[in-house]
Amino acid sequence: MNDLQRPLPAQATGPATRQAPGPAPAFWQMRGITKRYGGVLALDGVDFACRQGSIHAVLGENGAGKSTLIKIAAGVVAPTAGTLSLEGRTVRFGGPQDAQAEGIVCIFQELSLLPDLSVADNICMTAPPGRFGFIDARAQRRRAEELLARVGCAEVNPLERVKNLPLSRRQMVEIAKALDRRPRLLILDEATSALTAADVEKVYGILRALRQEGLAILYISHRMHEIEQLADTCSVFRNGRHIETFAKGSKSDNEIVRLMIGREYTQVYPPKPTRAAPPTPALAVKRLSWGSRLKDVSLTVGKGEIVGLGGLDGQGQRELLLALFGVLRGVGGTVEIEGRPVKLRSPGTAKAPRHGMALIPEDRKSEGLLLPMSVRDNISMASIGRFTRGLFIDRRRQDARIDEMIRRLAIKIGDPGDPVATLSGGNQQKVVIAKWLMTEARIILLNDPTRGIDVGTKQEIYQLLRGLADAGAAILFYTTDYDELIGCCDRVSIMYAGGIKRALTGPDITEENIVASALNIDLKAGA
Amino acid sequence: MSAPSGTLADWRLRLGQSQGALIAVAVFLAMFSLYIANHPAGLTVPVVTTAANKAVLLALVAMAQTLPVLTGGLDLSVGMVFVMTNCLASTIVSGEPWQVALGIVAVLLAGAAAGFVNGAIVVYGRLQPIITTLATGAIYYGIALLLRPVPGGDVDPDLADFMTYTVFGETVPTALVLLLAVVILIWLPFRNSVVGRGCYAVGSSEGAAYMSGVAIGRSRLAAYTLAGLLAGVAGLMLTFVTFSGEASAPIGGTYTLNSIAAVVIGGTSLYGGAGGAIGSIFGAFILRTIDDLLFVFDLPPLWQPLFQGVVLLGAVSLGAARVFRVKNRLELFN
Repeated sequence: MNDLQRPLPAQATGPATRQAPGPAPAFWQMRGITKRYGGVLALDGVDFACRQGSIHAVLGENGAGKSTLIKIAAGVVAPTAGTLSLEGRTVRFGGPQDAQAEGIVCIFQELSLLPDLSVADNICMTAPPGRFGFIDARAQRRRAEELLARVGCAEVNPLERVKNLPLSRRQMVEIAKALDRRPRLLILDEATSALTAADVEKVYGILRALRQEGLAILYISHRMHEIEQLADTCSVFRNGRHIETFAKGSKSDNEIVRLMIGREYTQVYPPKPTRAAPPTPALAVKRLSWGSRLKDVSLTVGKGEIVGLGGLDGQGQRELLLALFGVLRGVGGTVEIEGRPVKLRSPGTAKAPRHGMALIPEDRKSEGLLLPMSVRDNISMASIGRFTRGLFIDRRRQDARIDEMIRRLAIKIGDPGDPVATLSGGNQQKVVIAKWLMTEARIILLNDPTRGIDVGTKQEIYQLLRGLADAGAAILFYTTDYDELIGCCDRVSIMYAGGIKRALTGPDITEENIVASALNIDLKAGA
Repeated sequence: MSAPSGTLADWRLRLGQSQGALIAVAVFLAMFSLYIANHPAGLTVPVVTTAANKAVLLALVAMAQTLPVLTGGLDLSVGMVFVMTNCLASTIVSGEPWQVALGIVAVLLAGAAAGFVNGAIVVYGRLQPIITTLATGAIYYGIALLLRPVPGGDVDPDLADFMTYTVFGETVPTALVLLLAVVILIWLPFRNSVVGRGCYAVGSSEGAAYMSGVAIGRSRLAAYTLAGLLAGVAGLMLTFVTFSGEASAPIGGTYTLNSIAAVVIGGTSLYGGAGGAIGSIFGAFILRTIDDLLFVFDLPPLWQPLFQGVVLLGAVSLGAARVFRVKNRLELFN
């Protein structure tokens, strides 16, 4: 309805990205934006613009640069190069409060609510009503009630503490909070991921009303049908570049998926073995569930097999690995190792020789390594118990094994006594892997192990994984890089919203199928 | 717009959210009733006044401690600021009325300045609060020693008598009136101010506070400065109680540690973000009443640390119950 009441200048002026020879400059413009994190190029000379009274969807794979784009717009990170302008005026943000002062408000995926404070406190956090630095609690409450009613959550008591609300309510409070700041450019990053279907409808209604009021809205979502329902304009990002901007409805889903992929293969993978019969299962998971994050996950990993876990970030992959490694409490379903049902209550039990599991964690800096300690101490950390003589550690035997690991993984170090913090990212990751190889694990869980690692080391890791599999290990490999799923894995399971959306094998493991499954779109016939 | 049963639901929520403080109030009332019931004199103004004069000192220091704790920090120097301002007051709060008035202002300013230094180091120097205040605490104790190498000094006797006796026709201990005044004039306005809310925000989740555009540095600075000021009020009151100043390291240390205990017993989370100074006041009262109970039951005072420990452990266990609800064991370490 709202679409019909508004003129559609986008279609008249063509691509909205370029500053067309049209009359007024775009409301919000980013020009030549480049952002580097250390050696990683997150955004590469991006031009982007959006208009008022329009909902602009931003699409792209993991790591395409979408989050960096909105972080720059919201003043959370500063670009390495490039300029931002609002209504034709160049702006520079020293922090989120600067962006907010200009009316740029972002609803982030990780909620920005304060758990111990009340709903009303949270909604009015940025600019509480009152004077002389004192807060008018009554006015604040009225404001909160008004905004809660507007987002359709009038039943939430403004005095309730945010941490006592369910996740979907918190997300609505977050939206109410954003509205309190009277935004002119509203950015939503996966804002509906935690919502119930009824809430999603409410949010659509609010967003359409806001568009009517003339707000510029940037909408980042992985859900294709949401974009179809909401967006006026779509922009596709890939590898830190802005690929194309087009009016909604001018391209089919499959065309959009192809725009999102379009990568050249640069990495070399070891050949996959051909198998006559399915391998004997080493790890069998049946109907695993954990709260609302994991739903009925069933999968098997055979001896000598590399099974990939794919899908968009945050669909339960991390939780699945943590559940298998005994980190989560209250996990439902069964886990069998080599045919025996097991109950894993802690990483300590999971790594015990009778289970033989290892988890290479996602964040090597906090969960993988003890940065100030030496390479030697880090490598031996998970397997100290294996090198004892009586009560004491047999250092000589242990050090011989550590040296062997360092050689085998070609870890480049000065001395095994150097602190691990002095190594490069790739070599640090090799130390984490070496640590778990020391335990002679038979089931190896990997949580995005190649993130932020140079190409050379990545290839070494692929070779190593294949070598371990050939030696009989069962490997469950979560990666956000679709190339790795295709190149490295014998089978791939794609997760979506806590469940396994699709299992792909052999020639079906194509980028198109992976992306389509990750976005929860049905595959093309014949795929 | 709100539900019709708004006020009732509101009260239920409010009470639920101040559970920690309410438990402290109830425990204190129970303990104090027990004390009064067994006291030979019963509930008389002198008995209450004596109890109040002792308890208000720790209550003020505990209020001071509450502020840094709310931001997720800790102030190990409150006891030393307390001692330092006591020594300062014993040298300058005497003489002509205008000199006394000026002296009081100077003592309070000194306390606030000490707190400001703590806050500035934590905020701008980005040092950890524990180690910062451990170091500055030693400095403040050093200043106290320089001011008063041996115990002694003097304070305006009329004012001291007035502050440690009663008002309203000998019915209410002045010390309690002072405490109430501090609550009404300092704590409640602070709690309802933007910086006060900032302190809760920082303690609850610093990242989210930053993303919400909260003035994090200013809030922290205010918390430590106000902590110094409140410790200064306590130091002044100590001077009125003892009529002298003493640079005593044991007093400073004991008050610091007891203030942390009182804050925890009063329901403020050591993780920050939740709780308040009212609970800390009753936490302090509970710790003090343990003393008095030992006295009326004729138990040797040597038992006091043991009982304090048991009460503290009980209070902390109540707060730690959340551990049983954690679903992801990694969250236990955050």
